[in-house]
Amino acid sequence: MSSTKFDNKVVQWVDDRLPIFSMLKHDAVDYPTPRNLNYWWNFGSLAGVMLVIMLLSGIILAMHYTPNVNLAFTSVERIMRDVNYGWLLRYLHMNGGTWFFICVYIHIFRGLYYGSYKAPRELLWWLGLVIYLVMMGTAFMGYCLPWGQLSYWGTTVITNLFTAIPVVGDSITTLLWGGFSVDNPTLNRFFSLHYLLPFVIFALVFLHLVALHTTKSNNPLGIDVKGPQDTIPFHPYYTIKDLLGVGVLMILYLGFVFFDPNFFAEPTNYVPANPLVTPPHIVPEWYFLPFYAILRSVPDKLGGVLAMFGAIIVFFFLPWIDSSKVRSATFRPIFKQVFWIFLIDCLILGYIGSQPPEGIMVPLGRIFSVVYFAFFPLLWVIGKVEKPRPLPNSIALPVLKAGQAGHAEKPLEKA
Amino acid sequence: MRKSLLLALMAGLVAAAVPAMANEGAEPAPQNWAFHGVFGQYDKAQLKRGFQVFREVCSNCHSMKLVAYRNLADLGFSDDEIKDIAAEKQTQDGPNDQGDMFQRPARPSDHIVPPFPNDQAARAGNNGALPPDLSLMTKARPGGADYVFALLTGFADAPAGVTVPDGMYYNPAFPGHQIAMPPPVADESVTYADGTKATKDQISRDVSAFLNWAAEPELDARHALGIKVMLFLFVLTAMIYAVKKKIWADVH
Repeated sequence: MSSTKFDNKVVQWVDDRLPIFSMLKHDAVDYPTPRNLNYWWNFGSLAGVMLVIMLLSGIILAMHYTPNVNLAFTSVERIMRDVNYGWLLRYLHMNGGTWFFICVYIHIFRGLYYGSYKAPRELLWWLGLVIYLVMMGTAFMGYCLPWGQLSYWGTTVITNLFTAIPVVGDSITTLLWGGFSVDNPTLNRFFSLHYLLPFVIFALVFLHLVALHTTKSNNPLGIDVKGPQDTIPFHPYYTIKDLLGVGVLMILYLGFVFFDPNFFAEPTNYVPANPLVTPPHIVPEWYFLPFYAILRSVPDKLGGVLAMFGAIIVFFFLPWIDSSKVRSATFRPIFKQVFWIFLIDCLILGYIGSQPPEGIMVPLGRIFSVVYFAFFPLLWVIGKVEKPRPLPNSIALPVLKAGQAGHAEKPLEKA
Repeated sequence: MRKSLLLALMAGLVAAAVPAMANEGAEPAPQNWAFHGVFGQYDKAQLKRGFQVFREVCSNCHSMKLVAYRNLADLGFSDDEIKDIAAEKQTQDGPNDQGDMFQRPARPSDHIVPPFPNDQAARAGNNGALPPDLSLMTKARPGGADYVFALLTGFADAPAGVTVPDGMYYNPAFPGHQIAMPPPVADESVTYADGTKATKDQISRDVSAFLNWAAEPELDARHALGIKVMLFLFVLTAMIYAVKKKIWADVH
């Protein structure tokens, strides 16, 4: 089956029967990669590294955790206090969620900026979005497990959203709860699913990679690879570049783990869950805040739920909403500005989502939610009216020219 | 019927709005803590003094269920001292061979024995208010040890126009500014074993540090390991950067 020959007889023997070494050579060593990928292309592999860290730390945490409403909170504290390096495992897992989402958000916005969702990469984009959706479900259920006040009340608020669905809403909510309120059955099924879904993500990541290696990577110029002069082998060029990214990510991530592990956490979740006491201010984890702001901006329950889910679902249609044939924002002067406005809008929505829905925050939330949704039709219009800058003829050309001239296209290589 | 429903609804709205308005306690002033910062470590002598305050004052009403007597070794107590401290309290054990529950002195392996057998007893003994468990207090409140210190030193006379109901005390550090806990510490509330002058400020500072230890007993180990990990990562990442530069030299 494989044409690759290996010097090592054992490797050859295995490869003739199961071509894992040929596959590795094809997809992780020789894999032709555009030579001009900048550091924004690091975040896919970084998200993969975070997934592995979350799986490993999570599997060990599950050996010590007890999914029971009377024991969950103290079992987490037992991990923190009595399990050897339990505090490290737990803080790695807790902060790991944050850094996983940071990597994934940068990865998504990179795809947006450089038009990585456009033909022929629509399914690659879709698989990425499905991964993101499953990640959100996993993170939400994971946040329930310590059974602190926000675990309980966050779960109550979000699961109640499903009651807004006409006809079947109440049944769905009852099914999610395993009863008539958030209680022990809810905790049990969330634990079960929180353990299952990461492996689903793992399988989806595999499909994401298969799709990626079929269509090959996009690049900062957004133009197609014309020939071997445009690519370099994945190893050693991108293995070492990805490793450098891992080093920097670990410094930041472990910096928080060791020196400010609760920076992204809400103090209220260190109070054990109490169904009789509602905390004054219920907020989800930071990575849900923009959607939380959109949810609260619509004065109708079903409308809010639809707007919140729509804010994510709309990304699936991006390959067809964006009418421009040019991928990279580098050559799209208007889109480039609108992209940054959209990004800033998402950050502002995140801030609004973290604040109590009172006073000025209510109209602001509505304005910036409208801006969020206006981005998508605008994308279609921009594609029609925008006059893109001329595209270079090949990837190799501007790279070599920039090397000689030492200016102009520099940011393409080292953004 | 409809009128009473409407009244209940309005009362509910007012009840929801009032805490929203008077919700925030004053921002606690940041204090200097030995355990703050990258190189921060607990001051063992301070923790020991703080434990003395907890033992003689706080623990009369507050539990600390997540901390075991054996954990006091972190503070520098010897095994024998810990045995003696634990044995001061009686705890329920059993059933014995006859099937009876019995009382015995606590052991180092026991968690700190709570002052009340259950929350209802705690409320009954404290004017209806439940003294919260102190195991995680500094992690469970914004501001952490700064907040606890601000609260302990924040008791004051109510300003004109503010009426404080019976059994409540005015404290601007507390959300809502009214707290059911009477001022717990004053100058000379305790006599320190190590001779430190027991001012109200000193007592509050020591017990706040102790509560921080109770919430984050791993902090010393975390900081010490973190510095080693960071040094390793800085060197490793610098080396990866050098290798990356060299590998990519022929592409640029």
